[in-house]
Amino acid sequence: MNLEHALQERILILDGAMGTMIQRYKLKEADFRGERFKDHPDDLQGNNDLLSLTRPDIIKAIHEEYLEAGADLVETNTFSGTSVAQADYGLESVVYELNKRSAEIAKEATTKYTKKNPDRPRFVIGSMGPTNKTASISPEVTDPAFRAITFDELAAAYKEQARGLMDGGADALLVETIFDTLNAKAALFAIQELFEERGEKIPILVSGTITDASGRTLSGQTVEAFLISVSHAPILSVGFNCALGARQLKPYLKNLSDRSPFYISAYPNAGLPNEFGEYDEGPDEMGGQVKEYLEDGLVNILGGCCGTTPDHIKRMAEMAQHYKPRKVKRTEGVLVR
Amino acid sequence: MKTLPLTLSGLEPLIITEDSNFVNVGERTNVTGSKRFLNTIKNKDYDQALKIALDQVQGGAQILDVNMDEGMLDSAQEMTHFLNLIASEPDIAKIPIMIDSSKWEVILAGLKCLQGKGVVNSISLKDGEEEFLRRAKTVRRFGAAVICMAFDEDGQADTLNRRKEICGRAYKLLTKEAGFHPSDIILDPNIFPVATGMEEHRRNALDFFKAARWIRENLPGAHVIGGVSNVSFSFRGNNRVREAIHSAFLYHAIEHGMDMGIVNPTQLEVYDDIPEELLTRVEDVLFDRREDATERLLELAEEYKGESSASKDRTDLEWRSRTVEERIKHSLVKGINEFVEEDAEEARQKYGSPLQVIEGPLMDGMNVVGDLFGSGKMFLPQVVKSARVMKQAVAYLTPYLEQEKADNLDTSEQPKVLLATVKGDVHDIGKNIVSVVLACNNYQVVDLGVMVPADKILDEAEKHKVDAIGLSGLITPSLDEMIYVAREMKKRKMELPLLIGGATTSRLHTAVKIDPEYEGSIIHVLDASRAVTMAGDVINPKKKEGIRKQIKQEYVDLREQHESRQTAKKLITFEEARANKISIDWDDYEPVQPSFLGNKVFDDYPISELRNYIDWSPFFRTWMLTGKYPDILNDEEVGEQATALFHDAQSLIDRIIKGNLLKAKGVIGFYPAMSYGDDIRLITDDIENAPDITFHFLRQQNQKRRGQPNSSLADFIAPHDSGIKDHMGFFAVTAGIGIEELIKEFEAKHDDYNIILVKAVADRLAEAFAERMHERVRKEFWGYSNEETFTNEDLIAEKYSGIRPAPGYPACPDHTEKRTLFDLLNVEDEVQIELTESFAMYPASSVSGFYFSHPQSRYFRVGGIGEDQVADYAKRKSVSKEEVEKWLSSIIDYQ
Repeated sequence: MNLEHALQERILILDGAMGTMIQRYKLKEADFRGERFKDHPDDLQGNNDLLSLTRPDIIKAIHEEYLEAGADLVETNTFSGTSVAQADYGLESVVYELNKRSAEIAKEATTKYTKKNPDRPRFVIGSMGPTNKTASISPEVTDPAFRAITFDELAAAYKEQARGLMDGGADALLVETIFDTLNAKAALFAIQELFEERGEKIPILVSGTITDASGRTLSGQTVEAFLISVSHAPILSVGFNCALGARQLKPYLKNLSDRSPFYISAYPNAGLPNEFGEYDEGPDEMGGQVKEYLEDGLVNILGGCCGTTPDHIKRMAEMAQHYKPRKVKRTEGVLVR
Repeated sequence: MKTLPLTLSGLEPLIITEDSNFVNVGERTNVTGSKRFLNTIKNKDYDQALKIALDQVQGGAQILDVNMDEGMLDSAQEMTHFLNLIASEPDIAKIPIMIDSSKWEVILAGLKCLQGKGVVNSISLKDGEEEFLRRAKTVRRFGAAVICMAFDEDGQADTLNRRKEICGRAYKLLTKEAGFHPSDIILDPNIFPVATGMEEHRRNALDFFKAARWIRENLPGAHVIGGVSNVSFSFRGNNRVREAIHSAFLYHAIEHGMDMGIVNPTQLEVYDDIPEELLTRVEDVLFDRREDATERLLELAEEYKGESSASKDRTDLEWRSRTVEERIKHSLVKGINEFVEEDAEEARQKYGSPLQVIEGPLMDGMNVVGDLFGSGKMFLPQVVKSARVMKQAVAYLTPYLEQEKADNLDTSEQPKVLLATVKGDVHDIGKNIVSVVLACNNYQVVDLGVMVPADKILDEAEKHKVDAIGLSGLITPSLDEMIYVAREMKKRKMELPLLIGGATTSRLHTAVKIDPEYEGSIIHVLDASRAVTMAGDVINPKKKEGIRKQIKQEYVDLREQHESRQTAKKLITFEEARANKISIDWDDYEPVQPSFLGNKVFDDYPISELRNYIDWSPFFRTWMLTGKYPDILNDEEVGEQATALFHDAQSLIDRIIKGNLLKAKGVIGFYPAMSYGDDIRLITDDIENAPDITFHFLRQQNQKRRGQPNSSLADFIAPHDSGIKDHMGFFAVTAGIGIEELIKEFEAKHDDYNIILVKAVADRLAEAFAERMHERVRKEFWGYSNEETFTNEDLIAEKYSGIRPAPGYPACPDHTEKRTLFDLLNVEDEVQIELTESFAMYPASSVSGFYFSHPQSRYFRVGGIGEDQVADYAKRKSVSKEEVEKWLSSIIDYQ
């Protein structure tokens, strides 16, 4: 059964936060470096993606915790796995390997759980984060035309990441936490180019980020404008994640769900961060809010972002099985009104 | 087949459906078309370049065309740079970008800068199919729509057949091979100059029109675009003629299916304003209607050399060289909004404080406007336009003002007036006009909108520390609500003056019913022109106590007069009134059967048909221009204003029709009916699902002259014991579906003029709808008068047979009967008119009522009614007497 068939049958549960789980291990610089990077010139602590190479045991254990909690989809540990983001650590050279290995680790975990219950296949979702640079916003206040990154540079970086993820066995690619739609368009451009070169395709999932109560992305687009801007690509689902808690996200999700001819995903944060930058909505509290998504039939894919844990995911999985997935009006990638 | 819309985006969406209005592409950010823009780019004056872009957006461009194709420029680099700059300007970046270049690498550079979904302008088959497809697929991968020019390996299409052939071929390749959705394809079938004198150019316009129509009919979903200024190329230097050609061409191109255009809005004349002779000759050329068309146009063109249709004030900028105070005054008096922000900024810098700009030059300018208005030298539509300019200036200064307020807690001296339409009522045209007029006269207005409960009015009044409260309402139940507000003010021990206004209010009612409830000043304001002096009098600290006493005394006198008159003018008893009903000879009467029974819904009635039925005179009254249409247009005093207003209303209706911005919906129904005394009962046994329904009517009770009946509407339906099978009709129509959206658009621009215009026009359309529907009922649906041939003037003069009284109006003054009518016709579900708790209809531009077909049926005023009738009516309706007294308080004629 492929991903789209599964989506027609039920609401699929995406896993929760990777970073939150890694923090629980209280890892030191040495854990991040491992044997292989012990002499690397830059500090590596905090480069979570690198753990796929240096502590694969931990990454796999986290995937399994989420699968055990009821996740159908696990995201590869590659949120910052582009040469653009890894440049901060001087690790551009390991990007392909890092993505491939991350997909393989996730695949081992999903295969194990699919075997346990073949009627309910689990899928590896290749995570492609926004990078740490924006293609349509200038970082220089005095020079609005300046760009720290170009479309071509982003496309090349994303293509390398996508190639690694596909080679490692990812079942789908997720362009996520989109705060600048032009970055996402570069990713979508690169993915399509890669598909053409390889002569094979896997589903593409897209997830934007509404930054605050303005209801817009960081780069200024409204929900509808965002949807229109990514609708040209052959995407399977579109949705929102991060930045807001489930309650704050709901109106934007509703708006998107009303207009989208694609499947809808949502994986909000566990509330808004408190004064210490921590997310403290527990499974029950967040579950109560997410339940409204289910009752209103807004989603096909549901999960958690920052601050969510296997307990949150377990709660969502238990609830979701009692609801039907949102119905999709397929109209060939053009907005339904 | 209904095709999918073309969806584009900048920071905000643009959705172009088949029913969309013409999409206007801003074309001034084009180095090949605008010398000014080329110079700014050449000089690297990007601030100025952005200003040009912003002007386009503010001027109404929905897509921004950007072109950097000039030999001296590094076009790809300039494209990137400029698009990056635009991305940092949310006011520009909100609309989609059209990347315009003949060079592929420039197009690519542009595509890499767009986060939204833009348009590529353009690709063509010039370099063969393979290159065409390669580019098309790339454009698609970037997620842009594409303009395809009618150009192939053999050159540009210049005949109808070539246009069809190339457009058809490109469409097929794009949809079948490049994976384009038809709606993402925009075909450009080439606009070429007309009247060049060359024989082969004679059909240039005509062939474009025909190609446009062919595309829309044969290439489903595809859009048609054209660069309009090209068509008038041979008349360079003769703006008047060029503008006329552009407008006429555009008008016909749109008619033929062109739905997007690259047009310079400042080079357009209003189609209807083109002098008839010029228009004829232009159209002769466009349609190749006569051999000598070109010669005749050239001949006439000589007469227009050196003119431009744009108003003198816009082209003659002599006044721009005066002082900033003078300029601001000029803008305000003339209602010109183009320069007011830059002038406000200059004044702000000069005065050092935004508040002083508002209280200084802006208020001075508005005072001039107020004086001119007061002395009858300016008319309301102009004043409202001035207010729009004022509002824009204040909106510009507001951020600075807040800053200044934060810096020092200085509060302004302006008197504050709170305005609200009371609970249960949705009508606000008059209130909005008062609001504008007050604002023009240095009042700060707190406008709470419509359907505002008394508590909220008073809470806000206290919160904002206003100096006076103004209440407005149009329907009779609002009168009671006003009484209630006055009582509440007394309870709260308030002392604020209360101004009463609105069509249903009167000086007498205010004196008799409202004034006794409250000790403070209560004053009835007859119309907007009186609002300023009256508000001034009751607020002015030196005058106000004197005024309060003076008006209180006037109202006491009025009450006493009224009471003495009351006792003089006795009502007859209800029984006597019943005995004096109209005598109709039912024995000789054969009623016509309606063509159907039950209800019939009209879901989307063409507004283009309704406009011909508009009764314009009340429209002008709304704007306080007195006179009868059409004479008013030539009236010595107000003719000029009336004409300008009339044109604005007409173009608004054009826009409404083209953009499908308002929907007219209606429902009518016919039912067998018989009268039982003053009730009419419907016979619904044979009609499926029809409820058991009775309508209750009121009878005149005043003493009549001999031979004059005491009428009730029930008299016009055959009595139950007459043995005659009679019928009654019902209707509810609205022209206000969609009005909120339309108004929102203008609210965002602080454009009160258009807000009031929209509402006034929608009201007229609703009345026209009622008129038209009544005509069709008489001739067609009921068909009792199928021979009639009346002009619109005849209809307005009610020369037809039968009537359509509306509940809440003189012949049947009880608004609550609307509930029964609405249930019968299922109005809320079928035509989306809602009833408020006071039985006002929302949208406000709605009409509902009854149809009576009997030839003797006529309109009348029920007038005052006695306690005996009220008791009987309450019994018939099965409600308490108090309930009836509450709803009919305005006609209750006993203590």
